[in-house]
Amino acid sequence: MNQPPLRTFVAYVEDQPGVLNRIASLFRRRNFNIVSLNVGRTQTPGVSRMTVVVEADDDKARRIEANLYKLVNVLSVEDITKAPNIVRDLALIKVHAPPEKRSEVLQLCQVFRARAVDVGPDTLVVEITGTQDKIVGLLTILEPFGVLEMVQSGTVAMTRGSISDAANAIRDTSTRGIAAA
Amino acid sequence: VAAPSTDPTNPPKESVKPSTGLRTLTGAQIIWDALEQQGVEVVFGYPGGAIMPAYDALPGSKIRHVLVRHEQGAAHMADGYARASGRVGVAVATSGPGATNLVTGIANAMMDSIPIVCVTGQVPSTLIGSDAFQETDFTGVTLPITKHNLLVTRAQDIMPAIKQAFYIASSGRPGPVVVDITKDAQNQSIEYQYDPSPVRLPGYRPDRQPMPEELKEAVEMIQAAKRPIIFCGHGIVRANATSLLLELVHKTNIPVALTLLGLGGFPAHHERSLGMMGMHGESWVNTAIQEADLIIALGMRFDDRVTGNLKTYAPNAKKIHVELDPAEINKNVKVDLALLGDVREILRQLVPHVERVECGDWIAHIESLKGDSAVRDIKDLPDSGLLFAAHVIHDLWRYTEGKALVVTDVGQHQMWEAQYYKHDHPRKLLTSGGLGTMGFALPAAMGARMACPNDDVWVIAGDGGFQMTAAELATCSQENIKVNIAIINNGFLGMVRQWQQFFYGGRYVATPIKSPDYVLLAQAHGLKGLRVTKRSEVRAAVEAARANAETTIIDFRVEQEDSVYPMVPAGADLHNMIRRPKPEVKSAPHNPIFETGDDE
Repeated sequence: MNQPPLRTFVAYVEDQPGVLNRIASLFRRRNFNIVSLNVGRTQTPGVSRMTVVVEADDDKARRIEANLYKLVNVLSVEDITKAPNIVRDLALIKVHAPPEKRSEVLQLCQVFRARAVDVGPDTLVVEITGTQDKIVGLLTILEPFGVLEMVQSGTVAMTRGSISDAANAIRDTSTRGIAAA
Repeated sequence: VAAPSTDPTNPPKESVKPSTGLRTLTGAQIIWDALEQQGVEVVFGYPGGAIMPAYDALPGSKIRHVLVRHEQGAAHMADGYARASGRVGVAVATSGPGATNLVTGIANAMMDSIPIVCVTGQVPSTLIGSDAFQETDFTGVTLPITKHNLLVTRAQDIMPAIKQAFYIASSGRPGPVVVDITKDAQNQSIEYQYDPSPVRLPGYRPDRQPMPEELKEAVEMIQAAKRPIIFCGHGIVRANATSLLLELVHKTNIPVALTLLGLGGFPAHHERSLGMMGMHGESWVNTAIQEADLIIALGMRFDDRVTGNLKTYAPNAKKIHVELDPAEINKNVKVDLALLGDVREILRQLVPHVERVECGDWIAHIESLKGDSAVRDIKDLPDSGLLFAAHVIHDLWRYTEGKALVVTDVGQHQMWEAQYYKHDHPRKLLTSGGLGTMGFALPAAMGARMACPNDDVWVIAGDGGFQMTAAELATCSQENIKVNIAIINNGFLGMVRQWQQFFYGGRYVATPIKSPDYVLLAQAHGLKGLRVTKRSEVRAAVEAARANAETTIIDFRVEQEDSVYPMVPAGADLHNMIRRPKPEVKSAPHNPIFETGDDE
């Protein structure tokens, strides 16, 4: 069996206690496998934005969207997988870098446009943003030096160009914050 | 916000400030006021620590309270009330065990899309998370089995929460909503005025409209069909769309098959009514589905009990799915056209555009399939002196003139009821379809009777399921709720026994079940009890039960090892049914029909 393709959903949700639990519970209950999930604030008070990456074929993706809409606290959902989009993860990597290795590590980081954000006697903490591929690429290069710790955010994504359907739907339904232009 | 009053022995007196219309009320008083504003006349419940402030305020309200014997009964009563009336049913319970006892009833309402609101007490907000006495995370527990739930910790949030709960429970695809209210919110006093403005929920859009092009495509598919069949599901009943479905059938002449929960949504005696489909559906219906070239599915969800093996299901049919919930589209069966929206509204738009479909040969073909079933049907055989469940239910139908409001439990009797009690009107058969909850019938029937006090309400239950919630007989007695109870008593957990017979080598493990003496049990509760062992006694017993002022149990001692036919084994092809052996093989050793053991 082929691995189902990864789908990226953007969902606007009410910023209320338990909303994340409702979403996670829905995915578990319907047997949809979450690859990555990120929640954060938006420019509109009381509204959070989620980016959810899921393994799903077209049909499953449509059902995920329909099921998300059934949650009362979900304001709008959009499957942005096929739209031109910007997808980013952020990772912090603590790598073993004694003084004699430090400049070599820093040079390699430069190739990946990663930045050193902390230097210790034997360590460097490197920050990288980009697609999952890019992060894995840097990680592979740093592996021989000794990766001591790593932390990664969930994926965040946004469509390119004009306002997305999901964001536009919030503008239509929200009476707060955004006045009609 | 006024300072909270925490002295339960001295609730503040209601006082109105004439200038503003604001009244000073406790959260407990607000609960009942908000429920009254939703049109609630009766609630089913059980008091306890965390809901005591609400109960203390109950006498100030016009709402009737029915004291149940177990909270599961309260949820099922609310459910039966909702199914019978089309309105929202309400159950009330305390925190912890009171709330968790509701869970089966809530899950049952969720699976069958029944609008109920459960109001539960919760430990004081200051104690949440401390594993306080009788604390459970009830919004957490019910998250996957409710349409929505709310935890309320402040008195000023109670009224908006109850308004939301009723709106969400009853709109769109209905379902259960839990409102969990902390004890301190109930005790808190605030300046209060009911806000009659409509509920605003930006993320909740229950109404959808099909596009005109989709309606046009549906009409074209219908007119082009040679072997069409309409499915009448629960949605027809929920949406009160029976008369529009009748119009559709009168105009198109297309035959109608029904799901279990759709029964009554289209009259059983209509000449285009085929009967029930699925695992224990009529054989000609299942055969017709497999041969059809068009299925018009109205308000149903292609449950596995309806489809059998999905790979071989209705292989020749194009499928039009009229459905309120977009998440149901293509979930089990891929459809060719989905019309999203309220089935009543869609039929209203569709019916004017359809014309007669020339399918006389198809109808004649389906009719010809019925002959084989008629010879196997035991209800048509001469009375042999043995009592079969089919006889009891057929006769019950006859002697109640087909007009009873029947509430069934789950199991063999449920399927026999579906086959032999011919319902011509919606909301006159209430049954637990999706969850298959044994113990549903008695409490749900009591709720139905509260909603429809002039109906002849009958419980049809097996001896297994009846014993699960038989404690509610005491509620019948205390609250003067009159229902008639037909126990189809075969001394077995019959459906499981049937599966053991068919699929587990006849090993009857844990299925023989002993019953109390139901006549004495009825008497112990101050009710009436009768026992019937012969078909000739059925009529008199049914008439006696109807004539009695109090709840009456009839213990029908039926054939112990009869089975429900036809049967599509779980996951088998819909057309591969196990059929009732023809009567001439009656003496064969493998014949599943045995004589009743006389245990008198």
